[in-house]
Amino acid sequence: MATPAKNAKVNPVSAQTQSESLGDSHKKSTSHDISGAEIVIRCLNAEKVKFVFGYPGGAVLHIYDEIFKQNGFKHILVRHEQAAVHAADAFSRATGEVGVALVTSGPGATNAVTGIATAYMDSIPLVVISGQVPVPAIGLDAFQEVDMVGITRPCVKHNFLVKDVRDIAATIKKAFYIASTGRPGPVVVDIPKDITAHKTSFHYPETVEMRSYNPVLKGHTGQIKKAIKLLLEAKRPMIYTGGGLVLGDGSPELVKLARTLNYPVTNTLMGLGGYPATDQQFVGMLGMHGTYEANMAMQNCDVLIAVGARFDDRVIGNPKHFLSQKRTIIHIDVDPSSISKRVKVDVPIVGHVQSVLAEMNALLATEVNQTGKSTKNDISDWWAQINEWRKVHGGRYEMSDTVIKPQYVIEKLWEVTRGDAYVTSDVGQHQMWAAQYYKFDKPRRWINSGGLGTMGVGLPYAMGCQFADKNAQVACVTGEGSIQMNIQELSTCAQYGLPIKVILLNNRYLGMVRQWQEFFYENRYSESYMDSLPDFVKLAESYGHVGMQITKPGDVEGALKEAFAKKDKFVFMDFITEQSENVFPMVENGRGISEMILSDEKKGAK
Amino acid sequence: MKHIVSLLMENEAGGLSRVAGLFSARGYNIESLTVAATEDPTMSRMTIVTSGSDEVIEQIIKQLNKLIDVIKVLDLNDGKYIERELMLVKVKATTPHREEMKRMCDIFRGRIIDVADGSFTIELTGSGTKLDAFIESLDKTAILETVRTGASGIGRGDRVLKI
Repeated sequence: MATPAKNAKVNPVSAQTQSESLGDSHKKSTSHDISGAEIVIRCLNAEKVKFVFGYPGGAVLHIYDEIFKQNGFKHILVRHEQAAVHAADAFSRATGEVGVALVTSGPGATNAVTGIATAYMDSIPLVVISGQVPVPAIGLDAFQEVDMVGITRPCVKHNFLVKDVRDIAATIKKAFYIASTGRPGPVVVDIPKDITAHKTSFHYPETVEMRSYNPVLKGHTGQIKKAIKLLLEAKRPMIYTGGGLVLGDGSPELVKLARTLNYPVTNTLMGLGGYPATDQQFVGMLGMHGTYEANMAMQNCDVLIAVGARFDDRVIGNPKHFLSQKRTIIHIDVDPSSISKRVKVDVPIVGHVQSVLAEMNALLATEVNQTGKSTKNDISDWWAQINEWRKVHGGRYEMSDTVIKPQYVIEKLWEVTRGDAYVTSDVGQHQMWAAQYYKFDKPRRWINSGGLGTMGVGLPYAMGCQFADKNAQVACVTGEGSIQMNIQELSTCAQYGLPIKVILLNNRYLGMVRQWQEFFYENRYSESYMDSLPDFVKLAESYGHVGMQITKPGDVEGALKEAFAKKDKFVFMDFITEQSENVFPMVENGRGISEMILSDEKKGAK
Repeated sequence: MKHIVSLLMENEAGGLSRVAGLFSARGYNIESLTVAATEDPTMSRMTIVTSGSDEVIEQIIKQLNKLIDVIKVLDLNDGKYIERELMLVKVKATTPHREEMKRMCDIFRGRIIDVADGSFTIELTGSGTKLDAFIESLDKTAILETVRTGASGIGRGDRVLKI
């Protein structure tokens, strides 16, 4: 990972001459030369970075000294490096820009790993700069040394160890380019401390050319034409979109396509907001906790178009069961390795979703103009069937006068925020209820850890969203298990005056674990009870935040209104909810997606 | 089915571990892997012998292509190719078996590259199956030591892996 910048149109020094001249490179400095640390700052400024989330430490002290002297970006001091990466990740999810985190070597670097892996699984563009021990100390088990490039290799899109001050600028340029193009992902740049002290002249390359990395942009027109033909001939079509549609900013084109065709649309957990949830054509989320109608339509369709989605195990259930029903599959994805990975695809289209969908829309329009035919393929029988399925479960849950139902809190949250909040979640039952009951009409509003399923992301995700849009309503839907995994960030929220609203659905259980234990382990609730919980109201107040505890269903709406009226206050809302509530529908692990359990009564009869 | 995958990648530190890590993380088989710089010192060429169903091989090729440092990947099994491997074998060679061992070496077109009082070291190149056959035809008790490089592969005729 030495990074002679041979492909970046700058500094064409071979690896050998670099290592030979390493010792001199900083001695021969001229008056225009600046330190590696300052180069790092200048690079971030050149990338127009607005926020750097980080935590200082020995190996990055030169960089922090330069941060002190600059005002190009704002540094956000978190309370744990994991939260720095999560916050940068959420900032990226909310804005589409590359998120940036800065951590020190050793424990700072390892603390960041969960955040990096989370971003990697959900394809979020990040540049994570980690400090490293000085080059001569590498490999000698120095204080706070860890092989960051080795540790992160399986969970980054790419990583670099910079061993020469003259390579810093070109490497950071490459890092931003790699992170944000093709299928996005996190890139780690590991910089030894001595390199940040060495001096050289600064030149930030304007473009990057890499012979080994040329992401595909445009889809193959022949394939796109084939797809259109199949779509127009479908009798039971289905549009299935995922996180790739959101990340590729393809939502407007998809809405146009779906409306032109009048076909049903489902979103994955990662894809929510990609198609407006309040629209009639939307059949809800699909998958393990998807709606009855979405899963049935997915299973029974004859032509399926997948857009930036990857047929993962939580979405299609057992692939054998899924394939037992014949259907033609069209798959648009920027990453060729996502195509035909779990399910064989008939018409693969490798390309950027936005450009491929735009081309599809243009082709459909010409088709209408040239043939005079309407693209309105009559699928009224299919819609009739879907509408029947809609009646089967319909997101019903049993209301109670005495105890707060978690689903009810989310429904009220949607009403009180008029469906316009950034909603982050942690991982577990509350995540599924938020996904099921908050109707997202816009992309980049639903921020959660879909792939890795990282408990503890909720609060730092909310921080990232609030920095992305300081006037926005930001709600963190969480559980009493998850929130305690990054609870220290209450301090960061206090420092920066972030008016986040925490919606804690407190059922005194690790709810999703408890649900599985009830269903599959004969109610043996092994270690899933959360004992010794703090008084969350007092805890919040101790940081100077507002704390509220809500115990009665009748108080839910009023409390939410009161909290969101406090526009400049962080409010921690502790909702004491039904303990034994389960998430339905549910597809048992290993079963087909149409084999759903719909309620507590039916779970025995699965 | 056995496949030989050839690839070109940036000759940078850590390249080998990215490829090896990919195979172990995704549970792909790896029978042998050889790597060295090419005539252009900025590039390395790797030959990987692997096995799996067509779907698995397709994924392997796609995942290799996805590595940022990988420039080009070629599944040699998509066409005609030549495969060669080098093996060094140290065998017992004591009278009266010395002549017999020399003859066996000649039959397989091997070369004796080191001669000692009680042993020969034989150099043999060829496809993996030829090397296996040589080992098979030797008396097992005569083999003192073997070392193999793993296969290197190249396409026949006009098939060229180059940027």
